[in-house]
Amino acid sequence: MADYKGILICGELANGKLASITTELLGCGRKLADDLKEDLLCLLTGEGIGEAAKEAVAYGADKVYVAEHASLKEYEADSYMQVADRLVKEVSPRAILMGQTFMGRDFGPRLAFRLQTSLATDCLDLSIDPQTRTLVQTRPVYGSNAQAVFTGEAMPQIATVRSKAMSPLERDDSRKGEIISYKVDVDVSKVRIKTLETIKEEAVGMKLEDAPVIVCGGRGLGGPDPFQTTLKELADLLNGAVGASRPPADNGWVSEALHIGLTGKIVAPDLYFAIAVSGASQHTAGCSSSKHIIAINKDPEANIFREAEFGVVGKYEEVVPALTKKLKELLAA
Amino acid sequence: MPVNMIVCCKQVPDPEAPPAVFKVVDNRMTWPAEVKPVIGQYEEFALEAALRIKDAVGGKVTALSLGNKFVRDVIKKSLAVGGDELILLEDDAFEDGDSWSTANALAAAIKKIGAYDIIFCGRQSSDWDAGQTGLGIAELLGIPAVTLARKVEVADGKAKIEQVIPDGYRSVEVALPAVVTVTSELGALRYAALKGIMAAAKKQPVIWKPADIELEPSQVGSAGRRSQLEKLFQPVKEAKCEMIEGETPAEAGANLATRLREAKLL
Ligand SMILES: Cc1cc2nc3c(=O)[nH]c(=O)nc-3n(C[C@H](O)[C@H](O)[C@H](O)COP(=O)(O)OP(=O)(O)OC[C@H]3O[C@@H](n4cnc5c(N)ncnc54)[C@H](O)[C@@H]3O)c2cc1C
Ligand SMILES: Nc1ncnc2c1ncn2[C@@H]1O[C@H](COP(=O)(O)O)[C@@H](O)[C@H]1O
Repeated sequence: MADYKGILICGELANGKLASITTELLGCGRKLADDLKEDLLCLLTGEGIGEAAKEAVAYGADKVYVAEHASLKEYEADSYMQVADRLVKEVSPRAILMGQTFMGRDFGPRLAFRLQTSLATDCLDLSIDPQTRTLVQTRPVYGSNAQAVFTGEAMPQIATVRSKAMSPLERDDSRKGEIISYKVDVDVSKVRIKTLETIKEEAVGMKLEDAPVIVCGGRGLGGPDPFQTTLKELADLLNGAVGASRPPADNGWVSEALHIGLTGKIVAPDLYFAIAVSGASQHTAGCSSSKHIIAINKDPEANIFREAEFGVVGKYEEVVPALTKKLKELLAA
Repeated sequence: MPVNMIVCCKQVPDPEAPPAVFKVVDNRMTWPAEVKPVIGQYEEFALEAALRIKDAVGGKVTALSLGNKFVRDVIKKSLAVGGDELILLEDDAFEDGDSWSTANALAAAIKKIGAYDIIFCGRQSSDWDAGQTGLGIAELLGIPAVTLARKVEVADGKAKIEQVIPDGYRSVEVALPAVVTVTSELGALRYAALKGIMAAAKKQPVIWKPADIELEPSQVGSAGRRSQLEKLFQPVKEAKCEMIEGETPAEAGANLATRLREAKLL
């Protein structure tokens, strides 16, 4: 049996730099590796990675494997598998961590089944059991109504980690680490999925994940218009962004990019207004880390009032314009 | 060319039941009898994807469900909306599996079904939210998988799929057979027509036990797990919502503004 050692992070880049999820994974992985007194390894794939590899060291990696290849520019499962599968077999990590991102969701399960091991997705907490030296994985289940703690004996153990669940270390450019150029020959004939076209919707205004204030509307708004008027006015006044629960996105009232929750974006603004949102656990999974939640709903029994710090029972058509008007006065004073 | 499709549907407690009714007792999730079982939400979207292909180019839709004690009226919804066949992997031994044992048994059943072009799964189940099974089936069968589909079309032995990616989508092409996992943007499942409900009432599901898919009971359900559930718990939340009132809703809105300002949130 192979000797499994170290923690391997499958990192991701955003505009040539480490994606924030990767710095979070390195922060978490560093702690696990220290507990084990083993190395923290990081795989970066793509093109022109130089700077990001140094960043990975500065954020905690002991060894960074840089796999550069034209076919790895954008994540694609069959190319990525060729690199990851080989590296994992060569370095035999004890655990592999990735983000609960598009890539992690798509790749984590494939790798786990390829390696005949187990995977816990969307983890909120990870630790090392001192006795068995294996990973203890905590993840939400039942639409985030409960949390489950998993362990496993099959090696390596794999986990995908929710964004913002872990904290990165302070960047420290004096940290020492090894950057290894990992030569790969991706056999493109093994790529079974052909990309025909990629369409990116340009974000209008502030990115939801970065907004300090989010005004989120739900199915109770009844259609697209209130998002453009009532909600937008409040958001603009507070320099915030408009978001939505899943039904408005599914119904095409708003762009899919505004969908917040377990299967949408995870956000943690200072202020989160939930307007005509019932507060299903799958929705609050995406906003419960907000500093202050304010709920406006006509149903006094709505679950969102269990999550909120301040609440108003009433029809949004009456409550929200009055709220916006008064806030405008107060902010001008 | 008619397309053979298999849709993996799980029976789950209604995920939209009020969160407070779900309670963990002795490391197990419990819910009151008012919470009815349903087919998982993303499996409904997956069924719709399959039915649209059947409408467009013709084909056969087989629903496949693994579990125990299926409520017939619930699980037969797949037939009522237009599915052609329902196969139940139904046995005590199938209970309490993890993603590994579930995907392994579903893949074994799919091999036994034999003829398949597309295997549809939901992006994630509506109870355990793992998001693994579809990809697991694809690896076990050695076929490609495309995740997060919002549109699926079939022509010339290939599927053209629009996949939801962060802030946009990408259009991909894959040769069949393949697994496709479906997300909510695809659109809601159609309603069952009376004719469909009547036809479904007459049809009997096919039931397979572990031996029927050439697996030992020790390879399925809880015995076949690769991950151990150590603990299930519900973090305690202190509900302490301050309700802001007023003579009218508008006044309450204005009072909320004042209160937020007072609390220095703005
Ligand atoms: C596996 C899974 C994943 C999911 N992921 C997500 C996710 O990521 N994000 C997400 O949001 N959902 C998700 N869902 C769906 C979730 O279960 C709920 O269906 C959804 O969040 C409900 O959205 P809503 O609150 O806008 O609508 P509803 O539940 O229909 O609530 C509408 C609310 O508006 C109120 N209302 C109506 N009219 C007015 C008015 N005039 N003024 C004031 N209030 C009014 C009503 O009282 C009600 O509370 C998921 C479900 C599953 C099973
Ligand atoms: N017991 C089951 N029976 C049938 N299909 C299932 C079962 N479990 C999972 N699936 C399918 O796999 C998808 C993802 O499930 P999961 O990996 O549990 O999140 C679901 O949406 C279903 O399509």
